[in-house]
Amino acid sequence: MSEPDPPPVSTAAPPALYSGYDVLDKWASPSFDAKTRGVLAQRLHVLPERRFLTEEEWRLVEAISARLVPQPDRARPIPITPWIDDMLAADRGEGFRHDGAPPMREAWRRGLAAIDAEARRRHAQGFAGLAPDAQDATLRAVHQGEVDPADWPGLSATQFFLDTLLKTVAGIYYAHPDAWSEIGFGGPASPRGYVRLGFDERDPWEAKEAP
Amino acid sequence: MTAEAPRAKDGRAPDVFKSGGWLPMREYPDAEAVDFAIVGAGAGGATLAAKLAKAGFSVVVFEAGPFWRPLDDFASDELEQQKLYWTDDRITGGDDPIALGGNNSGRGVGGSTVHFSMISLRFRPEWFKCRTKLGYGFDWPVSYEEMAPYYAEAEQALSVSGPVRYPWGPSRGRYPYRPHEVNASGLVLARGAEKLGIKWASTPLATVSAPRGESPPCVYRGFCNFGYSTNAKQSALVVWAPHAVRAGAEIRDLAMVGRIEMTAQGRASGVHYHREGEWHFQKAKNVVVAGYAIETPRLLLNSACPQFPNGLANSSGLVGTHLTTHAGPGVWGTFEEEIRWYKGPPNMAVTEHWNYCDEGKDFHGAYAFMSQGPLPRAWAQTLAATRGLWGEALRTEMLKYNHTAGFVPVAETEPRSQNRVELADDSDQYGLRIPRVIFSYSENDKRLQRHSVRFMSEMLDAAGGRDLWTNDDTSHIMGTCRMGGDPAASVVNAGGRSWDIPNLWVCDGSLFPTTGGVNPSLTIQALACRIGDRIKALARRGEL
Repeated sequence: MSEPDPPPVSTAAPPALYSGYDVLDKWASPSFDAKTRGVLAQRLHVLPERRFLTEEEWRLVEAISARLVPQPDRARPIPITPWIDDMLAADRGEGFRHDGAPPMREAWRRGLAAIDAEARRRHAQGFAGLAPDAQDATLRAVHQGEVDPADWPGLSATQFFLDTLLKTVAGIYYAHPDAWSEIGFGGPASPRGYVRLGFDERDPWEAKEAP
Repeated sequence: MTAEAPRAKDGRAPDVFKSGGWLPMREYPDAEAVDFAIVGAGAGGATLAAKLAKAGFSVVVFEAGPFWRPLDDFASDELEQQKLYWTDDRITGGDDPIALGGNNSGRGVGGSTVHFSMISLRFRPEWFKCRTKLGYGFDWPVSYEEMAPYYAEAEQALSVSGPVRYPWGPSRGRYPYRPHEVNASGLVLARGAEKLGIKWASTPLATVSAPRGESPPCVYRGFCNFGYSTNAKQSALVVWAPHAVRAGAEIRDLAMVGRIEMTAQGRASGVHYHREGEWHFQKAKNVVVAGYAIETPRLLLNSACPQFPNGLANSSGLVGTHLTTHAGPGVWGTFEEEIRWYKGPPNMAVTEHWNYCDEGKDFHGAYAFMSQGPLPRAWAQTLAATRGLWGEALRTEMLKYNHTAGFVPVAETEPRSQNRVELADDSDQYGLRIPRVIFSYSENDKRLQRHSVRFMSEMLDAAGGRDLWTNDDTSHIMGTCRMGGDPAASVVNAGGRSWDIPNLWVCDGSLFPTTGGVNPSLTIQALACRIGDRIKALARRGEL
């Protein structure tokens, strides 16, 4: 990452709507079964080592993720990059690719390189070294498809941005218990489940919304 | 790929109801020509296996995925449970490429019923004769009257929990189990329906509302689309697979069938399957393909041989064609009340209004729609990819999660020859050519979806939803080996039997000539029950 710049407006954190609620407080309750505890212990405490991305690609993914889901409010941000690397190393995809598109790993390699090329074309510097607002401008251009097609062989910039990059990053962020607590999701619920299902009804083990 | 080892072997299969438990399982040697080799252990294959084994036939079921024990293997976690989906390499194309993987396929005993939404609805009777009676699609070679007892059989087998009086369709007996209490997400649909003056119902669901055998009642934990860890869900894994094993069928897990072998006389002689790193060959007197609407035509096409150069059962040229899906354009809105739609099965209220009302339609076909309950990971992906939200905007929008509700239809698409499954040149991990799925909406499909989005928006608004927005999606795959009465215009007959190869059968959603506006699983299971009875009758007459 670059030297810290004055934070632009877009790095503000959302309001804490469910402050005091932590899904993990239910760890030893009947809402968490042994299998779920095992899976979450792994996610929380065992981060996979880098196996697929190059060091440079890793830094690039770190920088992109920090803009797609900025976490200025967290002392310990939810890790994103290790899980992308893990997915690519295991070649574990969604189970389909678009006609004419390269296989998943190749799509990531090409897409990441193209985003870096876009950053250099616009700002004469690699993406990871840019200030956050220049990074956002680069990502907006990719999102809108305002790119040099020569950098995107066999890929649509917009499709890569939305369906591959953003979908993956959002999916990893919202698979973390801290994100569940943030939005007031009940989290794991086996075997206890829920009792009160109606409008404005809440079981004692659910999040309480700030008034 | 994770290293997986088969469980169903050495004379035993997993007991889905017991942690670490086993059931004794009969096994058949490869060299013994079993009465039926069934490819796929989902809604079609597992159901038929149970029926045939009970009738005394020797049966081996081949399932490419694992034999799960939900109590041990299923976490309350979206990411972990992605393992339930078929994620082998596939290509999706056409003007409106269908999302595959988790959207419409399962890998493992039980198939996609392990992660389905449990919605168990019958077809509208006229859909079986939709060309004759409604002027579109293709007639089925069976009538509602012929299907009704098999619907009842499937509903009993699944202990479907539903209303005492279901408001649509011919009069019917009550559902086996009482309806579930409707959650707030479903009450939004109810409120909207009442404002607009149309009927709604508590959705008939295949998750039990009271204890049933070794299944405890549903606890409303809300992870239904990610596998049911408590076994309340009446999936094929929990219902039909144990019946099949107890009746003497063998289920071979982690066994991928790559090719059906043919004799010089034009009969199937068995299947080549890959298990524990090697190819094997199981002899069989009959082969049933039940891999769902992509893998079934893929196997028939991949089994091409000099005698059948265009693939098996394909003299009509129809194998792989007329693929249909259900379009599912969603309408979403924000509510003042807390909805907390993560609680309970995701689709607790339904209206079939536009399945049964034909007035005012500017399209052929039908749709039902249901209340929704996506979990955070899936919901964030929908929000991000549909609305292009990222950065702080995404995190802020996600804070509305507990105040959001919406509707998604099960919207019929027309069967058209250009929508199809074909073989691509690339190969998968077994060396088998992978499928390419080609799909485009017709003008009629688009009109139908526009109608549904208009109507659902009006209803969500009437229910108090604000800041409405929409997205596009699909679910289910059907129609690629359709059944019919004419060998030139169908792949199999009304009993699922190939017109070309008398000991080759199809038994899954591939059979559907026309799709209707309801989720297909109950109809697949009813068809499998019927095909099982047909086979028994043929055997009695010496016509097998």
